[in-house]
Amino acid sequence: MIEKKGKIRILGIESSCDETAAAVVEDGRRVISNIISSQIDIHTVYGGVVPEIASRLHCQNINGVIKLSLKEAGLGFEDIDAIAVTAGPGLVGALLIGVSEAKALAYVLRKPLIAVHHIEGHVAANYISHPELEPPYVCLIVSGGHTNLCIVKDFESYEIIGKSVDDAAGEAYDKVARAVGLGYPGGPKVDKAAKDGDPHAIELPLGEVSGRPYDFTFSGLKSAALNHINRIRMMGGTVNVSDLAASFQYAVVTSLVERTIACAKEFGFRKVAMAGGVSANSGLRAAMQFACEREGMSCYYPEPIYCTDNGAMIAAAAYPKFLRGDFADLSLNAAPDLRLSGSLRR
Amino acid sequence: MKILGIESSGHVASAALIEDDKLRAEFTLNNGLTHSETLMPMLSEMMSFSRERIEDVDAVAVSAGPGSFTGLRIGAATAKGLALGLSCPIVSVSSLHAMAFNLESSYGNLICPIMDARRGQVYCAAFKDGERLLSDDAMSMEGLLEKLSAYKDCANRMIFLGDGVPVYKELITERLKESCAFAASDNALQRAASVAQLGLWQYKDWLRKNSLELSYMNENALEDIKCFNDIVMDPDDFVPRYIRKPQAQRELEAGMLEDPGLHSLKKMNGEKHGRRDHTS
Repeated sequence: MIEKKGKIRILGIESSCDETAAAVVEDGRRVISNIISSQIDIHTVYGGVVPEIASRLHCQNINGVIKLSLKEAGLGFEDIDAIAVTAGPGLVGALLIGVSEAKALAYVLRKPLIAVHHIEGHVAANYISHPELEPPYVCLIVSGGHTNLCIVKDFESYEIIGKSVDDAAGEAYDKVARAVGLGYPGGPKVDKAAKDGDPHAIELPLGEVSGRPYDFTFSGLKSAALNHINRIRMMGGTVNVSDLAASFQYAVVTSLVERTIACAKEFGFRKVAMAGGVSANSGLRAAMQFACEREGMSCYYPEPIYCTDNGAMIAAAAYPKFLRGDFADLSLNAAPDLRLSGSLRR
Repeated sequence: MKILGIESSGHVASAALIEDDKLRAEFTLNNGLTHSETLMPMLSEMMSFSRERIEDVDAVAVSAGPGSFTGLRIGAATAKGLALGLSCPIVSVSSLHAMAFNLESSYGNLICPIMDARRGQVYCAAFKDGERLLSDDAMSMEGLLEKLSAYKDCANRMIFLGDGVPVYKELITERLKESCAFAASDNALQRAASVAQLGLWQYKDWLRKNSLELSYMNENALEDIKCFNDIVMDPDDFVPRYIRKPQAQRELEAGMLEDPGLHSLKKMNGEKHGRRDHTS
């Protein structure tokens, strides 16, 4: 344990996909600044994130983002106690920018370097929005690249109970949104379109993985939605985008909520949390909140700005590691396929 | 004046410290380990073995490209982080010029650094007696030999170096016969000492042209320095010199990129998460 009087301020750096982000967080829960430079408009033209373009933009923007996070916080590097960075998983070229920058900064400033797992960051976003939240609880992590159902046993102890066997939830959203011309990113666009639609207009399958009750599958659902679109177009009709969006969203949300609640019940947890970009989805939030109330469970999810990728969640996740003195050395590498339980120290 | 040199544009990872015209330390690895794992530990070890303090560095010279996109960015982000923490400028040094600088004292010869740029091309340039003859570019080896033929009467020999040599040595020898030569292994590849030395000269040159003293640079915030150019740079603005655009951007501009929308359901069903770009 590190003994230090006063508050601990950690600079968190995130560059795993298409957001260059930096933030200063105090004692793991209080956000002093949170700067996010999104590249989404540039990638939209390509219909998805182009890794090489993402890496170039991270390299171009990272110093400015870090400086702005300090300026917004009214702090200098001398006020920072440690530098935390996302080491994986993510796009390797994108991760390397944050990792290289953080190592160089930690070295010249003689500050401890803390490696953070991206998903651990998403989970920790809940501590920012709900400082009273403490493990153990069940957490559903849903984003463009991940769908995981896990038990958060303690601040740094996770057990993955279920995961998607094919597409991530956000990925399925992207593909269906693209097919009906809603554009990229699909999640928020489908969510919006779904508000005016009938969720029972089109019957879509809720995928199940036989013998693995907590795993997810979205490829069957995605194909069914795409086939529906194709069938209607071949007959010369027009797809009712709102109905399709509502029906698709209903199927995804039901699949996510049912498993999460079943998991909480089986393992006897009264607290359910969500994390990741898709947890900003209004349909998912409402359904999970409703199901939790029905079961007498508490439901937690971060404010939307902390659901998508940001530096604050990385700094928040780094805080318990700082207290334990769990620091990375200068050989830290980007780990694109890092597992949640994997070692991050170098 | 102390200049730190960083080189990771190709297979070699290298760090060096030059004080005025003295090489204080250099650490070079060419063992295939990833730059991300080696570069910072090498730099740190080099500084501690040479009893130097990183705080005393006046500018970070970095091999800016062309080269491997990922390698260039590891060097770039490292240099940007160092310079941000030190509040010092970055000197953006051409990777090809720095490599040619390994043979700086080879008067009368034409120095031709070539890096394997894949897709049948080399990144290349040409220098003679410290003067640049060809600007950094990517082209076929045939195309380069064609351009070099204009200089064959004014140079004793044409000396090739860089990781393009093993790929094209046969072709070069066949065309140029005894008028070509190849650098020996100690000078054949990238070295951070060359990056730092060239960077130091370019930095001094920039100070002189702008009538600035080193003390002025140390006393003023980088934001207040108005005369940065594309060689001596505010670290916030520095980006590698890729030469090539990303593949997806080239396809888009050429109208080859499929409409990211709506028609090709079959293709969408089969494709993987994210677009892949193979140019790096």
